[in-house]
Amino acid sequence: MEGERRASQARSSGLPAGGADGESPGGSAPFPGSSGSSALLQAEVLDLDEDEDDLEVFSKDASLMDMNSFSPMMPTSPLSMINQIKFEDEPDLKDLFITVDEPESHVTTIETFITYRIITKTSRGEFDSSEFEVRRRYQDFLWLKGKLEEAHPTLIIPPLPEKFIVKGMVERFNDDFIETRRKALHKFLNRIADHPTLTFNEDFKIFLTAQAWELSSHKKQGPGLLSRMGQTVRAVASSMRGVKNRPEEFMEMNNFIELFSQKINLIDKISQRIYKEEREYFDEMKEYGPIHILWSASEEDLVDTLKDVAGCIDRCCKATEKRMSGLSEALLPVVHEYVLYSEMLMGVMKRRDQIQAELDSKVEALTYKKTDTDLLPEEIGKLEDKVECANNALKADWERWKQNMQNDIKLAFTDMAEENIHYYEQCLATWESFLTSQTNLHLEETSEDKP
Amino acid sequence: MEQAPRDPERQLQPAPLEPLGCPDAGLGAAIGKEAAGAGEEDSGVDTMTHNNFWLKKIEISVSEAEKRTGRNAMNMQETYTAYLIETRSVEHTDGQSVLTDSLWRRYSEFELLRNYLLVYYPHIVVPPLPEKRAEFVWHKLSADNMDPDFVERRRIGLENFLLRIASHPILCRDKIFYLFLTQEGNWKETVNETGFQLKADSRLKALNATFRVKNPDKRFTDLKHYSDELQSVISHLLRVRARVADRLYGVYKVHGNYGRVFSEWSAIEKEMGDGLQSAGHHMDVYASSIDDILEDEEHYADQLKEYLFYAEALRAVCRKHELMQYDLEMAAQDLASKKQQCEELATGTVRTFSLKGMTTKLFGQETPEQREARIKVLEEQINEGEQQLKSKNLEGREFVKNAWADIERFKEQKNRDLKEALISYAVMQISMCKKGIQVWTNAKECFSKM
Repeated sequence: MEGERRASQARSSGLPAGGADGESPGGSAPFPGSSGSSALLQAEVLDLDEDEDDLEVFSKDASLMDMNSFSPMMPTSPLSMINQIKFEDEPDLKDLFITVDEPESHVTTIETFITYRIITKTSRGEFDSSEFEVRRRYQDFLWLKGKLEEAHPTLIIPPLPEKFIVKGMVERFNDDFIETRRKALHKFLNRIADHPTLTFNEDFKIFLTAQAWELSSHKKQGPGLLSRMGQTVRAVASSMRGVKNRPEEFMEMNNFIELFSQKINLIDKISQRIYKEEREYFDEMKEYGPIHILWSASEEDLVDTLKDVAGCIDRCCKATEKRMSGLSEALLPVVHEYVLYSEMLMGVMKRRDQIQAELDSKVEALTYKKTDTDLLPEEIGKLEDKVECANNALKADWERWKQNMQNDIKLAFTDMAEENIHYYEQCLATWESFLTSQTNLHLEETSEDKP
Repeated sequence: MEQAPRDPERQLQPAPLEPLGCPDAGLGAAIGKEAAGAGEEDSGVDTMTHNNFWLKKIEISVSEAEKRTGRNAMNMQETYTAYLIETRSVEHTDGQSVLTDSLWRRYSEFELLRNYLLVYYPHIVVPPLPEKRAEFVWHKLSADNMDPDFVERRRIGLENFLLRIASHPILCRDKIFYLFLTQEGNWKETVNETGFQLKADSRLKALNATFRVKNPDKRFTDLKHYSDELQSVISHLLRVRARVADRLYGVYKVHGNYGRVFSEWSAIEKEMGDGLQSAGHHMDVYASSIDDILEDEEHYADQLKEYLFYAEALRAVCRKHELMQYDLEMAAQDLASKKQQCEELATGTVRTFSLKGMTTKLFGQETPEQREARIKVLEEQINEGEQQLKSKNLEGREFVKNAWADIERFKEQKNRDLKEALISYAVMQISMCKKGIQVWTNAKECFSKM
């Protein structure tokens, strides 16, 4: 069940990019490393809507996105990227392709962990090469996320899959868990790649390209764990103050986030429950068809009818299985990602509030002349800029996020509806052909009776 | 007034076969309700041949069910359901039907009727009653006998029972059956007066026979095996069907939750709001559609259940055969032993053990006169025994002939009915699929407009 076990050096968690032997572990599905694959995967996951109208909407929105002054304009959203893949006359707009595949298990004396292979293909000048292959573990992803949040506190950073899933998980590394996580990690990196600002983040580049030891040493350079913890404590305290003076539009945003979070969590639960019910239905159906075969053994005159009924039931059973897998491929991951997004959004709001709180506390200090006030006006000026940038960044990213959310949700549910339609159509065809064969038989029999 | 789904075939028809055993009861000239006096003084089996009765076709329906309270045998308050049975005669010429009789019966009276028929027509596969208590229930369905859906399905089952009897060439002519349909008061007393309970074979005797019979008819042995298999496979099928229904219910109903959440979510969404709201409505429709779907499936389950219970009726005929065969074998054995005894007495050799022989040895030889007397008694008994054996043999052969005829009739009926049931199941599935396609197509449209 687990991937190939290799003893590796105690420190390093990754394999050198060039020398990866990459024997795929038994259980998982390896991804081909071709350049089209990341696009294809994106296509599969988001399940394209071929309506041409959607194209125009996206490109309009792209131009509307008013980016901050410190980030160059890159009119890409995940969906416009997909549309570009479909219409080959514009291949240049996407220049960074990332795939995450080949989970492998590593055993050391201290721990066991999984690494994922990350293949990057790019035509960007700032990259030293056009192709990179590295191995990263979950911790590395966590690090990257932390760095992005640090660098862009009020941008909506894509969510990472959870560290652990408590319920029902006996072993950390069972196949389904690994596969779900792999897909989510793939999504995570691609969302960053599609983000107009984040895609140019230096840590992101290092994450995609650095050798294992390079990454380790780079990680050590940042502010240490303790200082980060200290920041967190301060952050919590000051964000409370930030809430009081929150501008109206951010109040609205916050309300939306709270309600959205509630609803998406419910939808996540409902969707998981539907999957579970469908699975249990499938399990019972598997037994149902064979009983008719058993019965046919004792009924000479009904053998054919009973066998045909058994066949129909079995076909419907297979159709149910397909419906289930459609649900777990398309709907469940999308809904779950937005559950994580909603948590992320609340974090973003807090950070925004915190930045504002910094400003507010300095303003307060000036007003009440609590401390030495000489340097304050200059500090306040800087902080005012900081607040304005933060707010603008969030506003713009918020619009972009909302648009993506609507599209993703719409696609996911449309796909679910499509799966159900297909399921019922298959079952209908099965039973209708049974009925026709019975009526034909009957006609044959009655015509035989006639002399 | 509802007709049973399979009505047209089930109207009373003139009987093609002769009634079993007893001499013809005499053609009564009575018409319609005046059947009471028609010649029923015969060897104990109440049959009725009724000239004018057969000129008109009869329609029977169990049209209503009513909850009632009353006092039972122990003078305690009880609640039960009563069923209205209506009989109509149809004029041959213009097809109009006229209500001729209508009365109320409860389940226990149906049971009484059936038990009577079992005793007096042991060679017939007697139609079964619908179940007394709900079994093979999937958990959302009530197992309560007072549940309106259960009562409704039972009403249909009871009507089916009566129609089956009415369309049976032999059973339909039974007087007690006729009175069941026409004589409300006093019917129970009338049935009990036939003394049928006394005539019933004891279960113990029947069980005994099963194990001890030496030469059973192979056809009946095979039939018994068949009925066991039928019972076992249909039970299994019904159990799994109930579990599948349960799961299906779960799948549909959970989708209903989407409706509520979508509706709440739509309140905060400007662009997606309408799409979400209307999609949610379709999810509600989807979730509630399962109730009717599964109710229809219950009717299918009832059709299968009837044949589950028919298996028991088949076994009853087999048991009767075994009993008769056992009786026959015992009689033959008894006769053989008496003959031997007689022979020994005549020739003086003692080979068989007899009490008389022993006492003779112990207490002294008997006189030639005594011996002659004994031989004479034995010879009479032997004569009687031979007569009895002859008539038992005849009875046995008659039984086998008639039973087998009815079994053939039953087999054809079963094949027809089961095939029809399976086809109706397919029809139900098709309808469910069509509904599903419609709802999801609507939902998809709403989603794509979001």
